[in-house]
Amino acid sequence: MRGRDAPSPISQERGEPSAIGESRGAVQSPPLRGRSALTSALAKLAPAALAFALLLIAWELYARLGGIAPTVLPAPSRVLTQAWENRAALADNTLPTIRATLAGFACSLLAAFILSALVDFLPRLRRAMFPLLIASQTLPLVAIAPLVVLWFGFGLLPKILLVALVTFFPMIVALVEGYAATSTEISQMLAAMGAGRWRIFWLARLPSALPYFFAGLRISITYAVVGAIFAEYAGAAKGLGIYMLSAKNNFRPDLVLAAVAVSSALTLALFGLAVLVQHFAMPWERAGRDSKVEPSEGRP
Amino acid sequence: MTRLELRDVRKNFGPLEVLADISLHVATGEFVSILGPSGAGKSTLFQLLTGAIQGEGEMRFDGAPLDGARFAFMPQRDALMPWRRVIDNATLGLEVQGMKRRAARQRVAPLFAEFGLAGFERAWPTELSGGMRQRAALLRTVVQQRDMLLLDEPFGALDALTRAAMQRWLERMWQSHRWTALLITHDVREAVLLSDRIYVLSARPARVVSEVAVPLPRPRTESAELAREAAAIEAGILDTLLAADPISRPSDGEMK
Repeated sequence: MRGRDAPSPISQERGEPSAIGESRGAVQSPPLRGRSALTSALAKLAPAALAFALLLIAWELYARLGGIAPTVLPAPSRVLTQAWENRAALADNTLPTIRATLAGFACSLLAAFILSALVDFLPRLRRAMFPLLIASQTLPLVAIAPLVVLWFGFGLLPKILLVALVTFFPMIVALVEGYAATSTEISQMLAAMGAGRWRIFWLARLPSALPYFFAGLRISITYAVVGAIFAEYAGAAKGLGIYMLSAKNNFRPDLVLAAVAVSSALTLALFGLAVLVQHFAMPWERAGRDSKVEPSEGRP
Repeated sequence: MTRLELRDVRKNFGPLEVLADISLHVATGEFVSILGPSGAGKSTLFQLLTGAIQGEGEMRFDGAPLDGARFAFMPQRDALMPWRRVIDNATLGLEVQGMKRRAARQRVAPLFAEFGLAGFERAWPTELSGGMRQRAALLRTVVQQRDMLLLDEPFGALDALTRAAMQRWLERMWQSHRWTALLITHDVREAVLLSDRIYVLSARPARVVSEVAVPLPRPRTESAELAREAAAIEAGILDTLLAADPISRPSDGEMK
């Protein structure tokens, strides 16, 4: 964490009076965080956890006391025990879904980055492509998934394509908008320094797009797992999608729900990963937040 | 020796005449200000100088037609990159010129104390106060070691107290470095405090309505007598500005 290992700016300022007094007190060394940050994060999560727990309890009571057959609505406890008993099969079917999700998402990210850069350099390409991209978002996945499987078989490829189909659009829109958000003053200054278009893209437009990129990443990564499951539902040898389908056909809603829980956990884990990557990829964001939260004492 | 010389420079944006016959010159080691009302086209003039836009008229540097890479430009707001630490913002111009980042850092690091930024090399720009950000921006500008500085209302976004402190600091810095500098401002006091000569522009379309020499010794904030002389010059310039831009002509107001 910055501020503890860096030479403390405050002591330096107080030690030798700087050229101008107004700078004093503008920067505080961050207070000892860590534990307090963790407890405050937990405190923020508490209401959501409580609501979720209440929902589960209500469901459990309704399923047990309402006299409803477990083949119609299994209680959460039954879902949990059955998930544990079938853990080998569940794990066996989760791995291909993870693989399809990550492979599809990686392809989508790479394609979105390359194409967004091209669009940034060739505005005409943007006008040619964006209507097509928007049209691609109007396709009903339910209808498209079986066709893609029909065309490309039961292997990894149709899954990658479907994951890419649902995640590519939010990513490229986020990147293109991010480039456009570059401050004109920074661009003009770089141009005055003698930087060419490519240098300006690399030094200013790409970093400016980072907040937009991560916003798009958090949205599209939640679509990715759903896209993979849709593809598997339409036809696969293994995977959570096909597992749900066969559990449903065997009148085992408890196992369907167990697979749903696994896919939700997977999505949440990927979302958390995206937030974590953003946290480390954009350290200046944290610095900005901290200095805004802290009072700037003694500043005229 | 005259470094920069502009003769009859004009610029229109379609039917909108922004600059009409601007002629001025800046000598080596001279601090010259361009003073004019808001929207007079001062920033357009800088865009012409940096080559961001093209206009008509003659622009010469050291006697030869003006080509790029003569100026180190400091934009209105500091334009620090929030994703670069202060030292890496300071090295930006050197990196664009092709210097390796390490060498650029070694060149820049010794200057931090003089710019009142010692200890903040590894800070992020968001951690600095407004005045410190402007000093970091000026540091980034001067380390490029170009022939001339172009300062576009560098203190316009600061609060009054910080601005006054920054003006005094810049005056001291200029005294020890003697940069050739062209400053755009609409602050009469700032122009008188910092400049050797001042070109006063009219409202749009901008033309030079008067050229004012400021023959006061430096530093100009030392004595009450100097302050009185400066105030007299300020009053004269204000009269010129207000006479050239009477309120009875509302169409000459703010741009946009």
